[in-house]
Amino acid sequence: MHIVIIGNGISGTTAARWVRKLSDHKITIISSESKYFYSRTALMYVYMGHMRYEDIKPYEDWFWDKNRIDLVKDHVSHIDFDKQELTLTQGKMQYDKLVLALGSKSNKFGWPGQDLKGVGGLYHLQDLQQMEEYSDGLQRAVITGGGLIGIEMAEMFHSRHIPVTLLVREQSYWNNVLPPEESKMISDHIIKNNIDLRLGVNLDQIKDDGNGRCKSVVVKETQEEIACGYVGLTAGVSPNVSWLKDTNLEIGRGIKVNNHLLTNQNNVYAIGDCAELSEPRPGRRGIEAIWYTGRMMGETVAYNICDQPVSYDPGIWFNSAKFIDIEYQVYGDVPATIPETMATLYWQHSDNEKAIRINYDKASQSVLGFNLMGVRYRHEVCEKWIADKTHIEEVLQHLGMANFDPEFYKEYESDIVNLYNTQSGKNLKLKSKRGLKRVLAFLSK
Amino acid sequence: MKYLQYFGLILFIFALLIFTAMLGIGKITLTSDNLTVDDKQSHHKVAIMKAAQAAGLLNTPTSNVAFISQYKSVINSAADEIEAQAAAGLPEGVPKWEYTIQKWQKNNYISEAVTKGASGPVKDNPLTFLFLTFGLAIIGGLLFILPKFLEHEGIKHNGIYLNSLTKGLKSPLQNLYLFGTILGVLVYGFFKLQDFFWPLVTVVLGLLISYFVFIRERSKEHQPKKSSSPVNTGWLGLIAGTYMLTFYVLLYWAPAYIDNWVTMVNPVSEMLSGNGASRWFLYGMMYTVIVIVMGIRMLTKYQHNTYQKIRTASVMFFQTAFAFLIPEILVRMNQPWFDFKNFWPLDYDFFYSYNIKELSSSGSLGLFMLIWGIIGIIIIIPLMTYFMGKRWYCSWVCGCGGLAETLGDPWRQLSDKSLRAWQYERYIIHGVLAFAIIMTSMVLYHYFTGTSTILGLNVEGVKSWYGFFIGAGFSGVVGTGFYPLMGNRVWCRFGCPLAAYLGLVQKFKSRFRITTNGSQCISCGNCSTYCEMGIDVRSYAQKGQDIVRSSCVGCGVCSAVCPRGVLRLENSSGDIVERTDALRTIHITEDQIFVNLK
Repeated sequence: MHIVIIGNGISGTTAARWVRKLSDHKITIISSESKYFYSRTALMYVYMGHMRYEDIKPYEDWFWDKNRIDLVKDHVSHIDFDKQELTLTQGKMQYDKLVLALGSKSNKFGWPGQDLKGVGGLYHLQDLQQMEEYSDGLQRAVITGGGLIGIEMAEMFHSRHIPVTLLVREQSYWNNVLPPEESKMISDHIIKNNIDLRLGVNLDQIKDDGNGRCKSVVVKETQEEIACGYVGLTAGVSPNVSWLKDTNLEIGRGIKVNNHLLTNQNNVYAIGDCAELSEPRPGRRGIEAIWYTGRMMGETVAYNICDQPVSYDPGIWFNSAKFIDIEYQVYGDVPATIPETMATLYWQHSDNEKAIRINYDKASQSVLGFNLMGVRYRHEVCEKWIADKTHIEEVLQHLGMANFDPEFYKEYESDIVNLYNTQSGKNLKLKSKRGLKRVLAFLSK
Repeated sequence: MKYLQYFGLILFIFALLIFTAMLGIGKITLTSDNLTVDDKQSHHKVAIMKAAQAAGLLNTPTSNVAFISQYKSVINSAADEIEAQAAAGLPEGVPKWEYTIQKWQKNNYISEAVTKGASGPVKDNPLTFLFLTFGLAIIGGLLFILPKFLEHEGIKHNGIYLNSLTKGLKSPLQNLYLFGTILGVLVYGFFKLQDFFWPLVTVVLGLLISYFVFIRERSKEHQPKKSSSPVNTGWLGLIAGTYMLTFYVLLYWAPAYIDNWVTMVNPVSEMLSGNGASRWFLYGMMYTVIVIVMGIRMLTKYQHNTYQKIRTASVMFFQTAFAFLIPEILVRMNQPWFDFKNFWPLDYDFFYSYNIKELSSSGSLGLFMLIWGIIGIIIIIPLMTYFMGKRWYCSWVCGCGGLAETLGDPWRQLSDKSLRAWQYERYIIHGVLAFAIIMTSMVLYHYFTGTSTILGLNVEGVKSWYGFFIGAGFSGVVGTGFYPLMGNRVWCRFGCPLAAYLGLVQKFKSRFRITTNGSQCISCGNCSTYCEMGIDVRSYAQKGQDIVRSSCVGCGVCSAVCPRGVLRLENSSGDIVERTDALRTIHITEDQIFVNLK
C-alpha cells in the first residue's frame, strides 16, 4: 500500500514515523518548502544566531532512507480524489491513502500594500530567508499582531539590535488568551526589553517606497506614519486550503474531518493546522494550530491508516511558549476571563517575571488548570491532578511535586499555600517539596 | 558602558600581543658557567665550549630562537667529536653510553643555558611584564565581562552563529585542520621518540576504529552524514584554535622557546612555594587565572540560573585551591606536590614508580596521599557517581572540565552531534581507558617484579607512548587547541579515561538521569546544539524519554537553554529502566486501540 503525505511539518512527519513503526507500507512525503523536516517553532533561533538551519532538523539526513520514507520536494497542484491521483510538477503520483498535512498561511486582511516587498509573516523557511534578506541596514521593523508569532518576530529583530514597533489590537498583550495579570506581566516585559509596544491600535496601510518595497506603515487610530524597512504580518494563521476549494473535499475554515481524522473523501485524511474537527471535544476548538496537537494527530492518523482505528483524543489541554525571557506553560483550563463557576488562586513574584495560577471549580473544589510564568511545572503531575479531579487543597499540600525548575532554584510552593491560607482562613501545610522520587510514586499510583 | 567594554577588549588584545612578542625579547649569552656536567663527563663541557668558541657563540649575546638552533648544532658537533673519540678507544671501565652525550642530556644542556644565560627586560623586570600580560589581560577581560551583570537575565546566545569566533568551520577545512594536527603529532612523535613502532601502532588503531565505525554504518544500510555541517568559516575561531594549539606544542615539546614566560612568573612561584618557577607552574597559573576570569563571564551569562552559578563557583574553587594553591603550599612545607582531586587514570602517572616512591617516602602525609588516590578510584568515584552521576566530578570538580566550562563555553555548540561521531567516541574513549589500564598494569608489574619487558613490549616504551600521544598530544594539543573547532569537550568526550570509567558507572549503576517533561518538547534543537558532549538530547526529549547516557557530564545547559521547560537533571533510581525506554508511547495507549476495535 502506498501512503502519500502532503506536508512535512510536525504532523506529516509524525504520521510517517508512526506508519513506519506500525507497518511496512510504502511511504512518500511531499513538500515544496524543504526536502527535510525541520522544526518550524525553531525558525526564530536560526535568525537570532543561536542555531544553524542544520541544527533545527530533528533527524539526520540518512534517517529517512534508513526508515524507508521517500522524500519528494515538489509542489502538488491538483488532487483527483476519484482516481486517487496527485498532479505534481514532475508528473502524476498514485496513492492508496492520502494524508493532508498542509499547514497554515499567515493571515492577511486586505491591508493596502500587504503584498509589497519587505512585508511578510513568519511561518515558512522562505519567510525566514526574506527577513534575512531585508535585515541588512534595516532601521526599524513594524510588526502587527499581538500573538505568539508577533512577539517571536519582535525578539528576532531585537536580537540584532534592530528597533521594533509592535502594533497590538488588544488593550494588553495576548489578553484574548492570557488572564489580565499574566497579560500585563508580558506587556511589561516587552517594554522592559525596549520594544516599542503600541496597544489598542490597528494597521491602516503599508506605503510603497516607489520601488515596490515598503517604506512605512500608517496606524489606523492615530494616522501616525511610522517609517520602517520591514513589516511583519503576524495577525494569526489560517488553514492552507484555498487551493482545494474547487474539489469535492468538504472544507469549512479547514478541511473537515471526523473523529478518525478522515475527510469526506475515501482514503483521505487531514491532520495538523489544516484540519477542522467536525465534532471537537467539549471546551475545545475545531482547529487548534499548535505543535502538540499536530503531533498527536500524526500519531492518531497512523493508527487509523494501519487498521487500528483510534479516535482522536487530544487529552487535557497543554501548551507552552517563551516570551523573550519568560517561559510560559499552561495545563488544563485557564481561560482569559475566569467564569463565575471557577475560582482562581494567583501568586506573583515581586520581580514581575514569575507567576503561578491555579484554577479550580468553585462547587466541587477540584483543580481545573495551571498557568505558569517563569516557573516550570511537570506535565505528567498536573495532568494527573486534573484528570483525577483532585481537590485543590490536596493539590496545594503536594504542590512541590509539580515543580520542575532546575536544582537549587528557589521553590515558591509554600508561598502559594500561604496565599491560599490567607484567602481562605485555612491552615494548610506544604507536605511535598520538589523531587523525583515522590513524583514517581505518585505517577505509578 | 559599551566603550568601557571596547576598552577592555583593546587592553586584552594588547596584553596578548605583548605576551606573544615576549618570546622574541632579550638575548641569551653562553658562558662557561651556564653548563653543568657530571664530574665523570667533564670532557662534555670541554668539547662543547670548544665547539661554541669555534662557532662564535661563546660570550656572544644571541636572540632566543637563533641561540637554540646554533647551540643545538654546537652540541651536535661536540657530540660527534666525542663519538669519534669513543670509537678510537674508551677510557678504562667507562661504558659508551656514559662517555658520549645522550639525547636527553642535549635537551638538559640547552634548557640550562637558556635559563641561566638569559638577559634583557624580562629578566630585569619580571613583575612589569607580569603586569603587562597577566595583569592587563585580567583587567581588560573583567572590564569586558563585568558590565554584562547589568544586562537582563536570560539566555545569552544571540549571534553565536553569526560571530566569526564562535561559528565554527566548514567541514572540509575542519577535516583538514583535524587530520593536519593528528599527522603533525604523529610525525613529531616519530622524531621525538626516535621510534617507528608506537606511531605506527597509533595509526593502525586509528584506522581500525574508522573501519569499525564505517562497517557498522554499512551494516545498517544507511550513511550517516554530519547532522550539522557549519555554513560558514569563522576565521577568528581558526586563529584562536591555532594559537592555543601552538601554545601547547611549545609548552610540552619545545619549552626552551618559552623561557621568558617562565621567568616572568618566577616571583609568584617564589612567593608561593619558595622555589623558582617551572613551565608547569606557568601553565598552572595561567590555567587558574583563565578559569577564574572566564568563570566570572559564565556567572554573568547565567545570572538567572542558580545551578550554573553554584557549579561555576565550584570549578573556580577547585581549580584555584586544589590544583594550584594547595600543591604549591605543600611544596613550601617540604611535602610532595599533590593535587587531591586528580585521580588515576586521568592522573596517569600516579602509579609510576617514581611517584609511588616519592609518596611512600614522604612520611604520613605522603602515605595518606597514596591511600587517598587509591580509595578515590575504588570507593569515592563509584559511590559519588552512583548518587549523583558523573557530573559531581566532570563539571563540578575536574580541572579539564573547569577549563571547558569556563574558557570553552563560547564554543560548546560546535560539538558534533552525528551518530558517526558517537561511534568514534565510544571506540576511542574506551580504547584509551583500556590502554591506561594495560599500561598501569605493566608499570606495576615492573615495579613489583623488576621485569622491564612484558610480552615483548618495553615498559618504558609504553609509558613514553602514552605520555606523548595521550597525556600531551590528546589532552593538551588536541583537547584544548580544538575548542573553537570541535567544541570544548574534545578531550573529555573522546579521550579521558577517567570520564570513561565514570561514564560506565553512570550508565549502568547510577540514580542520575535527565528527565523530560511529558510532551512539552517542540524539537527545536537548542538542547542538542548546546550539549558540549555532542549528545543528541532532542532525540530523547521529543520522545518523552528520560536520558541516561554515559557521556553526560551534567552541566545542566540543555535544561537552561530549553525554551519550553522540558529538561531537568534529577537523581532517583525509581522506574529508571522503564522511563528510559525508547518505545515509551507518547500519546496513544494500547487500551485506546482495544476499546476502539470492539
